[in-house]
Amino acid sequence: MTLSNASDMIAEDQISSTEWPLWEIFIRGQQGISHRHVGSLHAPDAKTAIQSARDVYTRRSEGVSIWVVESQQITASSPSDKGPLYEPSKSKIYRHPTFFDIPDKVGAM
Amino acid sequence: MTNHQSAYFEFLCHFGDNALILGHRLSEWCGHAPSLEEDIALANTALDLMGEAQLWLGLASDVEGHNRTADDLAMHRDVWDFRNFLLTEQPNGDFGQTIMRQYLFDAWHVPTLTALTSSIEKSIVEIAQKTVKEARYHLSRSRDIVIGLGDGTIESRKRMQSALELLFPYVGEFFTSDSVEQQMVKEGVLSNLDNLRKSYFEEINKTFSSATLTLPNIQFSQKGGKTGKQHSEHLGHILNQMQWLSRAYPDANW
Repeated sequence: MTLSNASDMIAEDQISSTEWPLWEIFIRGQQGISHRHVGSLHAPDAKTAIQSARDVYTRRSEGVSIWVVESQQITASSPSDKGPLYEPSKSKIYRHPTFFDIPDKVGAM
Repeated sequence: MTNHQSAYFEFLCHFGDNALILGHRLSEWCGHAPSLEEDIALANTALDLMGEAQLWLGLASDVEGHNRTADDLAMHRDVWDFRNFLLTEQPNGDFGQTIMRQYLFDAWHVPTLTALTSSIEKSIVEIAQKTVKEARYHLSRSRDIVIGLGDGTIESRKRMQSALELLFPYVGEFFTSDSVEQQMVKEGVLSNLDNLRKSYFEEINKTFSSATLTLPNIQFSQKGGKTGKQHSEHLGHILNQMQWLSRAYPDANW
């Protein structure tokens, strides 16, 4: 394509939003440990989000793997459901595996 | 210095100065980039290049053996001693112009460092192996942004096309050979770069075609940075800002 095709391109005012979408960033710190949410950033697409995450969140060798997911793709539980969702388990301490000793060699659980 | 030593020294300064001057230019963006993410990414690239400059100039200082450190070489030389390409000293302009300059440089940097990984000089191989990884990342980023902005909006494409037209005349200098380089090739320090021009143009043609940008049809190229014979007026201003502190306060310590 040459410059004469400029009319094929998207005009500025046709773009509904000039804000880049928000992405949630997950980093795996070392082999065997799961990805952990570290923060979020703005990027025009997934690939750029990974590159920016590399620059923003792994500058000090924090990671071996990066996941990005568009924030709007995440469905979150509502804080007002706190009662029905979490209260019932509070009285059921027998669900916690604290009544036996875990051998040291098992490592991180 | 022997003939070998002085050619080797200049050769190392060429690599160190490219990284130093471009790194300094990029650092001027710190706090001014169009988004926080880009600000950090540009500063990271600048720091990578500063680190690379330190390695090349450190080796240059060992080769010279005059008790001039890497810092002395960076801070106490004048315009005519610098061996960087004219491209690296060109002003930042807008963000698109900075990214275009970066891409044109990265596309040269990666194959050149790759070639240096097979040098007969072990210390060169070590530096090249470390820095080529960073350079590959720089290239992948600058290429993506050139494509994104070139094949973007009417305004972004217009700006990228003018940046390309402004900076393309500085690309020809990448493929000029001089007596220093010829001697380095002869000694096996630098492997033969005959294919560099061809692979460089394959790389940029592919990118500019995806970016819907048109390579200017010009044969003329600006030269004089690599040999130090004719730097643009911009280098003096860069050195003025970069060197004043260490010149005004010679004993200043971190």
